Amino acid sequence: MSAEELVSLGAQAAAQALASGQIAAHELYEIYRSRAAADDLNCFTWVAEQTPAPPAASPLGGVPLAVKDLFCTEGVPSQSGSRILEGYLPPYTATAVERLLGAGACLLAKTNQDEFAMGSSNENSAFGPVLNPWDRSRVPGGSSGGSAAAVAAGLTPWALGTDTGGSIRQPAALCGIVGFKPTYGAVSRYGMIAFASSLDQAGPLTRDVTDAALMLRHLIGYDECDATSLDFPGEIALPTAERLDGVRLGVPEELTGEGIEAGVLAAFHATLALAEQLGATVEPISLPHAAHALSAYYVIAPAECSSNLARFDGVRYGMRTEAAGDLTEMYTRTRHDGFGAEVKRRIMLGTYALSSGYYDAYYGRAQCVRTKIVEDFRNVFADVDFVVTPTAPSVAFPLGSKTADPLAMYLNDFCTVPMSLAGIPAISIPCGLALPPEDRNVTEAASGGGLPVGFQIAGPAFSENRILETAFALEQAIGFDGGTVRA
Amino acid sequence: MTTTYEPVIGLEIHVQLLTRTKMFCGCELSFGEPPNTRTCPVCLGLPGALPVANAQAIHFGLMIGLALDSELAPRSIFHRKNYFYPDLPKGYQISQYDEPLCRGGRLADVRIHRVHLEEDAAKLVHVGASGRIHASDASIVDFNRGGTPLAEIVTEPDLHSPEQAGQWLRLLRATLRHLGVSDVNMDEGSLRCDANVSVRPEGSRELGTKTELKNMNSFRFLERGIRAEIARQEGILNEGGRVVQETLHFDPGSGEITSLRSKEQAHDYRYFPEPDLAPVAVSETMLAAARQAMPELPSARAVRLQDSLGLSAESAHLLAFRPELGDYFEQALQSSPDSTPSAGAQAQALANWVTGELAKRLAPEESPADSKVSPEAITVLSQMAAEKQISVGAARQVLDRLVAEGGDPRTLVEQEGLAALDGGDELRQIVRAAIAANADAAQRVRAGNPKATGPIVGYVMRETKGRADGAEVTRLIAELLG
Amino acid sequence: MIDREEVLHIARLARLRLGEEEIEPMARELSAVIEHVAKIGELDLRDTAPTSHVVEVAGRLRADEPHQCLPREVVLAQAPAVSGEGFLVPSPQA
Ligand SMILES: [Mg+2]
Ligand SMILES: [Zn+2]
Repeated sequence: MSAEELVSLGAQAAAQALASGQIAAHELYEIYRSRAAADDLNCFTWVAEQTPAPPAASPLGGVPLAVKDLFCTEGVPSQSGSRILEGYLPPYTATAVERLLGAGACLLAKTNQDEFAMGSSNENSAFGPVLNPWDRSRVPGGSSGGSAAAVAAGLTPWALGTDTGGSIRQPAALCGIVGFKPTYGAVSRYGMIAFASSLDQAGPLTRDVTDAALMLRHLIGYDECDATSLDFPGEIALPTAERLDGVRLGVPEELTGEGIEAGVLAAFHATLALAEQLGATVEPISLPHAAHALSAYYVIAPAECSSNLARFDGVRYGMRTEAAGDLTEMYTRTRHDGFGAEVKRRIMLGTYALSSGYYDAYYGRAQCVRTKIVEDFRNVFADVDFVVTPTAPSVAFPLGSKTADPLAMYLNDFCTVPMSLAGIPAISIPCGLALPPEDRNVTEAASGGGLPVGFQIAGPAFSENRILETAFALEQAIGFDGGTVRA
Repeated sequence: MTTTYEPVIGLEIHVQLLTRTKMFCGCELSFGEPPNTRTCPVCLGLPGALPVANAQAIHFGLMIGLALDSELAPRSIFHRKNYFYPDLPKGYQISQYDEPLCRGGRLADVRIHRVHLEEDAAKLVHVGASGRIHASDASIVDFNRGGTPLAEIVTEPDLHSPEQAGQWLRLLRATLRHLGVSDVNMDEGSLRCDANVSVRPEGSRELGTKTELKNMNSFRFLERGIRAEIARQEGILNEGGRVVQETLHFDPGSGEITSLRSKEQAHDYRYFPEPDLAPVAVSETMLAAARQAMPELPSARAVRLQDSLGLSAESAHLLAFRPELGDYFEQALQSSPDSTPSAGAQAQALANWVTGELAKRLAPEESPADSKVSPEAITVLSQMAAEKQISVGAARQVLDRLVAEGGDPRTLVEQEGLAALDGGDELRQIVRAAIAANADAAQRVRAGNPKATGPIVGYVMRETKGRADGAEVTRLIAELLG
Repeated sequence: MIDREEVLHIARLARLRLGEEEIEPMARELSAVIEHVAKIGELDLRDTAPTSHVVEVAGRLRADEPHQCLPREVVLAQAPAVSGEGFLVPSPQA
């Protein structure tokens, strides 16, 4: 097989070709390794220097895998996009990574990300921003931006990412690939460098829905090292659905109106029409508290992060700024020098929200809003099978365009945050292209046809298989072509 | 005229639990291993590591709750207590806050406020010119101890003197030791006590401003520290000053009390529910297991020893609250060859030997079970003495040898020829000789002074090496001089 | 809304040193976010219980069985400063 043919194989196709002996593991790995090493999108923080020994016969026998920087990988830099962890080599490997490696995947690279997963554009990485392969002047989304861009650009067959408020789904949408955030607890968090513990969840970034199902199959399951992980009921099947007869899709008015770019909305509605053609029914629904989800999220996540990031103190690992024998100075200088602006902002915000006198007004209330959002979803799932929305309110935006305004940046998570707060599974699949607003009067041809739009499908806890089936049927009908940016 | 003050004292006790592994990870507890050899990603607070609570620690927590008559929460949650310190690897301690494992309760006359579980901090060794904490410029952290399970027991402010505080802490220690949930060793830090101290004018019901005296690591220091703090507070009030709420350190060497306030003391722990741990739900099975594991508690034991064995209140209390003595005593009692001992008297005599003569011969805190004196031996000895087969003096000599080298008291008595002289001819002749040798004393006895027998008895005891029964000797003297 | 003093107080709690030029922008940005999130104050949440664990799994406990510890050289290898057998830090009381 030629190099182009090898790279054109998705993870599932590659696994099959490897199993049947059609292709050799080292050949496949070497092609990706050289592509990754030559990456000019800044997708990676580490790329393997050698081809590993071919794995024994196994389900993923030799499929290369890129892993977000924040997963601990023994002896391999795991820095969570932060200067404070520059060069950190963990003595153990995250359970999620261990499971994929155990199934035969081969670690190819660690992917760039927003520092400690805080960001929606990948501009908050200590290792520089990642560029969007669809348009290098634009962001890939975040925080799993390196993972998303690498998959879109064909620098890896697939990648592992994490999602706290949209960090898998939003970059998947902006890069034109599939991203799946599973039910909270379905995948072990052990070894994932934490951002916000009650929200963080690992999941796949892949070229298509089938690959997402395949990775998920090997990720899920109870882990005795994570007290919040769960036994997944049953197995993840590879999806086959062609029709959506009887499937009820709920469209929440709160997440599909104001604040969403016209091009994004157009692609979203076209997809709804397609779903109806496949037999689905589309109903308007209401998530009355969704408008407050972002506020609750931007209290809860910073509060948890302010505590999770207290361990970076210059004592046991990572960087330290020496300060003439004074402990407090050592702490405060190390953390000043080690953390980037956004991380500092969120630590400050979270410390404030938890501090004496403010807990009830902020953290306490946000936890109650969370309850309301959980109830909202419970109510709508009595009537519909899935809640569908655009994944992100916009297509990929220009680098630097939102860095000066944290609030504007936070609004990127508007459609993805409610599902995170409710702990429910949600997928983003590419549903078409749209022109960015500033290009409206440019012809379609001039802007290369537009930028990818993501379609989000969220279901109740543990509805992963049903979500995958629905996403698969839609994916086949949409026929989105991501091949052009892989070449 | 100065006001008389009443001290009001509450205690906060941290107890290291005797689990095999740490509170939230599988590292074995450390007992003096080389530094940093009992650690893992979890107890080092490495990025990505997550805690999982130790079931046995919760089991021990429930047992403590049962022993203290607390209300056991069907659902309790762990919180994060956030602060920076080099002995705290995560920048927060996982502890319990407003939903602890046990609430309320009582031990003797002191009410319990709460009992909760948490993780211990690591050990900081200060290095520097003098090695003293205030003069050192660097510290070395050893994470072996970090993450050891702790039960924190908080009392209500029901204690009113340093002595009472010490006494009560001894009682608590005995109870915990008896439960088998901890080593409760103050020297080694498996039992640590802080005291909240305030004073108020006698008769007042309002509480004064309290201070917190940290980490007094022996009963003696606890009592001395509290005493010094009471004196300090009274001094302030008598001069018209005000007590400031603060954390204090008692230096047992100098007797001085110093403030522990550091320049960074902006205490705001920002407690919030630990998102990495699910709530602890105490199931019926866990409750049943805790109840099943409960030994008889000291207070119940004291009552039983008194009621069913007829022991004196004092002996029963001693045996109950020093369970190592109580256990040994009960084992000895069972080994009694005579299956129907003349109950009361015999058990009381045995209790006296165990709590008196034997305990006196052991090191403080040493368990008789670890001594060379077997429970059988002390029983036999007690019976031989009770049946006057040997005199009390001889029995003491035998006990000396038993403590030194162990063995069977009967053999020792035989070897040493210590068997009691019965009232036969042999003893009568010795008494005669004693009277002859102490003519003066004999004269005074005859003249009506019974107390004058001293020298005569002494002579007999010397001659018989203590084998003679004192009462029999007195009777013979009276008869021969009669 | 959040003033300079408050920023400095929070920074102290969080052990973050802020340069003089960082204080004012931080106060401004925090105020903007706080103002936005404070809208949750308008909701009636009197009868609502807080959610701290979105999927309620209780009783995930660990059996009291030892695992293998890390070798000390591995533990100390990543530390910025080591002395002999432990992690070296400036004394908290210096
Ligand atoms: Mg405590
Ligand atoms: Zn450990």
